[in-house]
Amino acid sequence: MFFNSFSTNFAALEVGQHLYWQIGNIRLHGQVFLTSWILLGALLIFISLGTKKMENDPKGLQNLLEFLWDYIRDLARTQIGEKVYRDWMPFIGTLFLFVFVSNWGGALIPWRLIKLPSGELGAPTADINTTIALALLVSLSYFYAGLSNKGWRYFEYYVHPTPIMLPFKILEDFTKPLSLSFRLFGNILADELVVGVLVFLVPLVLPIPVMFLGLFTSAIQALIFATLAAYYIGEAVEEHH
Amino acid sequence: MLAFNFFGATEGGLFDINATLPLMAIQVVALTYILNSLFFKPVGNVVEKREKFVSSNIIEAKNKLSEVKKLEADLLTQLQTARTEAQTIVSEAENESDKLYKEALELANNEANASKEKARLEIESQTSAARDQLSKQADDLSELIVNRLILEK
Repeated sequence: MFFNSFSTNFAALEVGQHLYWQIGNIRLHGQVFLTSWILLGALLIFISLGTKKMENDPKGLQNLLEFLWDYIRDLARTQIGEKVYRDWMPFIGTLFLFVFVSNWGGALIPWRLIKLPSGELGAPTADINTTIALALLVSLSYFYAGLSNKGWRYFEYYVHPTPIMLPFKILEDFTKPLSLSFRLFGNILADELVVGVLVFLVPLVLPIPVMFLGLFTSAIQALIFATLAAYYIGEAVEEHH
Repeated sequence: MLAFNFFGATEGGLFDINATLPLMAIQVVALTYILNSLFFKPVGNVVEKREKFVSSNIIEAKNKLSEVKKLEADLLTQLQTARTEAQTIVSEAENESDKLYKEALELANNEANASKEKARLEIESQTSAARDQLSKQADDLSELIVNRLILEK
């Protein structure tokens, strides 16, 4: 690829270097999977602890999980609509949780202390492969949602107000995953780089506000990603009259 | 089999897209199913059960409240009718007792008047009788005086 030459050591930061795993003739970015497995494992443990003993009067973790569930339901319901939000709530919720856990895990856990032979551990969402995978899943989802709900009438959406919209709507199908993936990737990578550079230059105090800003943007990015995914699905299943 | 392969910068890059992408997609899809059965379904069941419970309780409470209000209004009207009834009964009783009192008073007055009249009449008759007797006695006495005077002469 053209961008592949963009791989440098930036102020002792490793940018664009990866821990490669080779399976047969497939190559993988090992650090992405390592961090994602650790974070998702933690998430799953947390969730199974919270849902182990469900009671009608929620206590402790169950309270938090119910709040989370309610939050995701509201998000899905407002964007997708009352009729089909139930089918898509797990997907939207998974996107939100995955992105949120990845972003915060990448920002909060001092991964740098673990030395890898090549590349470094970090937020899984700071790898373009992850964000493109998520964005393509969103694209597939909204196509599937539109086609399964409305059949071939889904394509009315492309000429909806006037047929003049057709080229723009087709273009949108490409720009949606592009913007979704690059927004997330760019924000998280930029946050990691800024924190990394600041920590390298001024190791005391100064990086802390930037770290808090990073946590804030991380949460916002998770919300944006989930909201946009839900919005695209909602747009696809919406009935035009 | 995993085999670690250490590659330098020659093959890396920020935009290095490889099999990580589809595998990550599969991982996310699997995560969706896992989270659905581990998180969304059980929590959803509990929350929705509770929501149903709460809303049915609210509806029940509302029904009960409206029933109570209806009963209250019913009782209020009953109370009002009872009150007006009591008032009419009281006023009727008052009127009646008033009437009875007046009747009794009149009766007593009449009786008193009658006995007074009778007494007066009796007094009058006795007075006249006494006067008659007196005048008769006076006549007798005068006749006696006259006779005596005449006889002495």
